[in-house]
This record gives sequence, structure tokens and C-alpha cells, in this order.
Amino acid sequence: MTLLHWAILSPFLFAILIPFLYKAFRKIHTGWFVLILPVVLFVYFFRFISLTKNGDTVTETVNWMPSFGIQFTAYVDGLGLLFAMLITGIGALVVLYSIYYLDKAKEQLHNFYVYLLMFMGAMLGVVLSDNLITLYMFWEFTSISSFLLIGYWYQKERSRYGALKSMLITVFGGLSMLGGIILLYLMGGTFSIRELVGMSDQLVTDPLFMGALILILLGAFTKSAQFPFHIWLPDAMEAPTPVSAYLHSATMVKAGIYLVARMSPIFATSGVWIWLVGGIGLFTVFWGSFNAVRQKDLKGILAFSTISQLGMIMSLLGIGGAALHYNQLDENIYMAATLAAVFHLINHATFKGSLFMVAGIVDHETGTRDIRKLGGLMSFMPITFTIAIIGAFSMAGLPPFNGFLSKEMFFTGMINVLSLDIFNFETFGALFPVLAWVGSIFTFVYSMILVFKTFTGKYQPEKLEKKPHEAPIGMLISPIILASLVVIFGFFPNILSDRILAPAVEAIVPSLIADGQTVKTEISFWHGFSPELFMTIGVIAFGVILYLTLSKWEKIYRVLPQRLSLNSLYDGGLRGSERGAYSFMNGHMTGFIRTYLVYIFTFFVGISLFSLWYNDAFSLEMDKMAPIGIYEVAVALLLVVSTVMILFAKSRLTSIILLGATGYTVSLFFVVFRAPDLALTQLVIETVSVALFLLCFYHLPKLSRHEERMRFKLGNALIALGVGVTVTLFAISAYSTKLFDSISEYYIKNVYEEAAGKNMVNVILVDFRGFDTLFEICVLAIASLGIFAMIKLRLTRRDEG
Amino acid sequence: MKTNDVILQTVTKVTVFIIILFSLRLFFSGHYTPGGGFIGGLMTAGALVLLLLAFDLKTVANILPIDYKIVTAIGLLFAIGTAAGALLFNVPFLTHAFDYFTLPILGKTSLHTAVLFDTGVYLVVVGVTMTIIQTIGVSD
Repeated sequence: MTLLHWAILSPFLFAILIPFLYKAFRKIHTGWFVLILPVVLFVYFFRFISLTKNGDTVTETVNWMPSFGIQFTAYVDGLGLLFAMLITGIGALVVLYSIYYLDKAKEQLHNFYVYLLMFMGAMLGVVLSDNLITLYMFWEFTSISSFLLIGYWYQKERSRYGALKSMLITVFGGLSMLGGIILLYLMGGTFSIRELVGMSDQLVTDPLFMGALILILLGAFTKSAQFPFHIWLPDAMEAPTPVSAYLHSATMVKAGIYLVARMSPIFATSGVWIWLVGGIGLFTVFWGSFNAVRQKDLKGILAFSTISQLGMIMSLLGIGGAALHYNQLDENIYMAATLAAVFHLINHATFKGSLFMVAGIVDHETGTRDIRKLGGLMSFMPITFTIAIIGAFSMAGLPPFNGFLSKEMFFTGMINVLSLDIFNFETFGALFPVLAWVGSIFTFVYSMILVFKTFTGKYQPEKLEKKPHEAPIGMLISPIILASLVVIFGFFPNILSDRILAPAVEAIVPSLIADGQTVKTEISFWHGFSPELFMTIGVIAFGVILYLTLSKWEKIYRVLPQRLSLNSLYDGGLRGSERGAYSFMNGHMTGFIRTYLVYIFTFFVGISLFSLWYNDAFSLEMDKMAPIGIYEVAVALLLVVSTVMILFAKSRLTSIILLGATGYTVSLFFVVFRAPDLALTQLVIETVSVALFLLCFYHLPKLSRHEERMRFKLGNALIALGVGVTVTLFAISAYSTKLFDSISEYYIKNVYEEAAGKNMVNVILVDFRGFDTLFEICVLAIASLGIFAMIKLRLTRRDEG
Repeated sequence: MKTNDVILQTVTKVTVFIIILFSLRLFFSGHYTPGGGFIGGLMTAGALVLLLLAFDLKTVANILPIDYKIVTAIGLLFAIGTAAGALLFNVPFLTHAFDYFTLPILGKTSLHTAVLFDTGVYLVVVGVTMTIIQTIGVSD
């Protein structure tokens, strides 16, 4: 265990202390203790920048289950470090914000911070693990802690619904991912990502490759809320706002992005990957922004906006994967898409974090998040308004904020798709820039709605629960820091490029870097009158028009009926599967023994006859048979007659007597076949059991004592016939195929010499195989004690029941 | 009309001993001729059932104040004891031993530990049968 491992595990260890701190220092808000950890971790990870800047990486391995090839390998490169700094940096800001957001008297803070720290540790583990199984473990930890955080206000029904929904969807994805991981292991023989990346050339030809690709993508898409798995994210907005800001904008939803970026070197050699990641990402851009416009809840808008922005990063990563198909780095225009993805990842974390915090402040200070009730808050909350303006304009892609830069790069990436000449991109690739452009227009519209419907317009004091006022300074610190980062990155993007962006891009496309070439990461505001610029101008122009005429075209959201939405598909699917399972169980678990016997016998007949036919095992050999004597025929006839008569007997008494008759006939058989011990025992046992039957008969209740013949049922008759035929066929086949001689010769020889007896049956029972007898008498003893208990304990049972 | 079972009871008094003797004969000769612990035990139980039929449960319980569940337990002890006893002589579980002895009255006799095992079987069968029949008989 090195310091790096302890750093990853420290949030988990610190979480153990939280409840004690909470109980011991009730006067101090627990968040202050928590705040120390992410700050320290951030400083710790900050020091790695000088390492990764030169292209160096850090690998530390601790054996966990080495015999299965599972190690806890911490691996720091540009990409992992970028995420680790996002997690700890934004984590620190969110903790600071939550100190003022959550009331220390009303909320169960110890729960909150334990979950939050669990989540932070899990995220660090995801982004810094090289071993896929370790990564998966931390991945599921994020699902679980996110479930707990969404359901933090568990008294609310919507919280529980949202938590369950996100759990079901992300765990479904997580399990698919585990399947993908196992397939990768089968192909490559290792769980280490770096070793798999090294083998990517041979992996792509493997027949399991496509399965692994789809399964891994399922995991990434569900976690990152890509279409059609995005539906859990809007419902997860029931969580406290710090949680939404942290998990559902800056970190957890980017775990899928991280996975796609990390796996790109392995999978991007395939066209399917580029199409799926790029295409679904781009459709998510459009769908998320289109739906964000119709939302009335501030956090609802932000949720759909997050979906849309994640789609944007995802599509850029998909297009960036195309770079692997072009060797020359200097003119490799698709690298720009990867660079844009990484850059926008940072930008989105900054502006979306601040916007969520703004939404939380508005909620906290006015008591509502409904934009129909809000308005005119500008004069009450000038600072919040400023932050919101910065965040929203950056989100809309307006200069001079960092969102403008990454949006320009996004357009560049999408326009570059037009020049792709592989995987059929010549034909359908034209859709990419169009969808991207339309999505950006809607992004502009909802960004404007977010700011102007909340802060300008008419002030409606009668609809608000509280009189609005500016938030306390502590609550404003975190969004102010994030908003100033938005501005700083906007004006000086190149402070990031060498230190952070270049190492991250190199980690995504390692094979291109191997030649000693470097990534061009210069970002400039102005690149001439290029198509991107005109697209941005178009976005602003159309966006302004659409925003101003919003009330006219809002109706189109009602064109698609509510029933057809993905949410009702999910709800209906859940209800349907519950009902289906219920009726399936009800349908065949009737509670009647006769039904179950039908299943058992039908299955027996089916499987036996099938295997007899499949193995062609039936055989009949006449020459092994003994000659048939007159006694056997006579006794057999007697047996058949008495058996058949049981079926047609009208009264039960007759059945019992006939059953006795068959029993005695069987003992006659034993006599004929020279088994005196068996004959004696059979006679006595038959007598006793007939007597017991008669006893039962005497005690039958009077009400249901109908004396009637057994009713004929064709199904039962067929099953009975089937069982009889099956058993007969098997007996004949088994008799005809004797593979070995019997071992009875040994008994015949040794019964006197070894065991000093002459009755072979008895000697076998008590000597050669006395062990069986020992337990048979145990069975008898248990049976008698059981009868004794059932009858004697009846009184007590009646009292109880 | 008052009934009495004088004939049944008298015949029973004679027959029960014959049956018990027969069952003992079946039991002891089991190693050489048909018979053994199981059928011997059933026969003995049959004799006791005949007593139950001729007299009533209470009378039989007075004559033979036996708890048959204990008989079952003793039988199981016999069987497991014989089997486990072999372990004392450093041979596998349930190894039997036999030898010939000259006894005062019987002369040269073979003695076999299998008989002890069979005694266990015999006692269990008697105990089980009688427990079942007595329990069901009293249950009214």
C-alpha cells in the first residue's frame, strides 16, 4: 500500500469517523471536518501535474486476489489525473456549499457526509484503477452511494422513486459492463487496461470483440445518461442540490465518459464504436436540449441540459476515435474532437456546478424552483444573478466564456466528420453537423429561459413562500469560484493546455503519441471566418428568435402524447414485468398437489423418452430371458386383475381390500421366485398396512364421504399410461443391456467362510452391508416418533391455531 | 346383551407364547435359515397386538409396563454400539467377529457379533410397531 492507495481509500476510511464526529461535536457543522479531506486530496493530486506534463505515469500495485489476476493497481496518467482533480476540487466546493445549504439542526448530516465520502472514494477508485475488476467494484460503489444520496430525503415518495429508478438503470448498465469486462478477459487474458490497450490489434479480430464493445458501451451509456437511458437523471433531481451539483453534473455522470475515453484505444479501431458513441451522443445532444426547453423546474432544465452536454462530450469522443485510423498526427484533424471533449469536460464541470448551486440558492431563498412562480429576482440577488449569467452564457456558448471555446471546437469536430471517408461516413455523416447545430440552438434557448425567466420579468411575491434575499456569503463562495474559473478558462484557455489537456488527450490516443509526436493544444478565440463562426452566429440568431416566440411554438411538445414517452415505457415495463411475474407464478403454482404431480410426471416421461430416443438406447434381447412357468403366469394374472379392479372399484373399502390382495400376490411372487425372507416380511407388512388403511378409512369425516367411482380424466389417463410405458421400456432396455457380471458370486462364495452364516440375505443385511440397515432402523424410529408427535401434540397445536 | 371374550382370551393366553417362541426362533435362526431381526420383531409385535385385541390397552399396559419408545432407543443403541465397538479393535466401523465356543449346556456353539446387531434391529422393530399401534389406538 503506497500513499496513492491510501489517498484513494481515504474517503472510505474517513467516512467511518463521520458518525463519531457528528455525535461528539454537535455544535459544529459536520461538513467542516469533511471539508479538510477533499482539499488535502486536491493539493495532493495537484502535485502530480508536473509528472504527467512530461508524459510520465505512476503505477502502484497492491495484490488483492492475485490468483485471479485481480490487483488493486493505481494508475495515474493525464486522463485519470484530470478526473481526480475534478472530483476532489468540485468535491471540496460542494462540501463547502453544503455546509450552508443543509441545516445542522434539521438534517441527518452524518448520513449525508458518509454517503458523500463513499461516493468520492468510489469515484477516485474508478478513475485511478488500472485493473478492470477493481474499476468495476468502485463503479458499483458509485451506483450504491448515488442511490443512497438520491434517496437522502427518504420520507418523500418521489425521492424513493428516483433512487430506485437510477439504481435499476445504472446497475443494469454496471452488470452489462461486468459482462464486457469478462469478455475482454477471455480475449486478452488480463484485466489490466494498459495491457489490453497494447493488444488492441489482435482484439479487434476476435469473435467476442463486438459483444464486449456493446456491453461496455451499455455500462457507459447508462451511467452517463445517454439516450435512451437518460430517464433516470431528471428523477434523480429529488436529491439535495449539493448532490445534484456534484454527482449529476460534475462527476458520476462523467464516469461513463471516462470509461469511453479510457476504452477508446481498444475499441475505436472498430467502426461500430465510432458510429455508436458518436451517433448516440449526438442524438442525446439534440434530445436533451429539445426536452430541456419544456421543463418548468430549474433543476429539471439543468438535468436535461446535463444530458445534452454529456451527449456532446460523448459524440466528440466518438469522432475523436476516428483519429486512430489516420496515422499522420500533424494533419490529423480528428484529434481536435478529442481535445474538444476533454476541454468541454472541464468547462461543463465548472459552469454546470455553478448553475446547480445557483438553482439551490434560488430554491433555498424563495422556497420554489418553479420558473412559472419565479421572476424579477435580479434586484434581490445581484450576485446570484451574475453567477447565473456567467454560467448560462457559457453553457449557451457565448463569448467570452469557456463554453464558447468548446462549442466552437465541437462544431469543428462535427464539420470534420464531413471529410471522413471510412465506415460509410460519406453518406450519413452529413447528419452530424446538422444535429449538432440544431441541438445548440435549443441549448441557447433553455440557457436563456434559465436566466431570464428566473431573474428578470415580473416579480410575483404572492407565489413565493419566503421573501427573497441574497444568500449568505458562505453559500456564494463555491459558485463564485466556479464562475470565475469559467471566465478565467474563457480568457486564458492555454493555461490548461500543456498541463492538463495534452496529457489527457495523449492518454486517450496513446498509439499515436508513441512516435514521439506531441498534441497541438493551442486554443484561440479567433480563427478567421470559418464555418464554425457562421454556425455560432446562426445559433445566436435562431436562438433569440425561438426564445422570443417561445409561447407560439411550445405546443409542439404536446404533439407527442405522454403515453409514448420513455418514462411511461419504463414505468409500464416495470409494472408489466411485475404483473407478468405475478400472473406467471399464479398461473402454474396453483397450490394443488395434483397439478404439481402432473408437472413432475410429464417432465419425467418427456425427459426419459427423449433421452431414450436421442441415445437410441432401446434394446430387447430375447435370449437372456428365463423360461416362463405356469405359476408365474397365474400369479401375474392375479396381480393384473386385482390392480385393474382397484381402478374401477366404487367404494374405498373395496380398494383397500384389493390393495391388500395385490400385496399378498406380491408375496406369492416372492415365494415363486424363491425369496422366503421377503415373502415373510411382505406378508406381515401388508397385513399391518391394510390394518392402518382401515383405520384411516374409519376416521374419514362424514361430510365428504362420497362413495363414488373415480372419475375418468383423459389427461390423467394419458400421463399414467405414459409413465407406465416409460418405466416398462426402461426396464426392458436395462435388462437387455447388461454390461457387467453381477457381484453376487462374491457373496455366494464368502457367506460362510467370511461371515459364518448360511442365510445370504440376512448376512448381507447385517454384515456385508449392515450400514444400510443401521439407517433403515433409524428411518423406522423417526417414523414412529413422528406419528407419536403428530397425534400427541395435536391438542397444543389446536390451542395455538 | 353382555358380551364376553372368554374363548378369545383363553386361546390368546396359549397362542401368544407359541407366537413369541416362533418369533424368537425366527430371530435366532436368521443367520442360517429364513428369518432374522426384522421378521422376528414383527412377529413379536404381532403377539403383543393379539394381546391388545383380546384384552384392552390398559390391561396390557399393566402386564407389560414398557415404554416402547425406550425399546426403540435401546435397539438403536445396540445397533450403533455393535457397529462402533469394532472401532475399539482397530478395525473399520461395523466389522463383525465370530468364533466357536464350548458352552456348558449347548456344547459347541458359534457366537457372532452380528446377533447383537440383529438384536438392535429386533428391538427397534418391536418398539416402532408397538409405538405406532398404541399411539393410534389411544388417540380416540
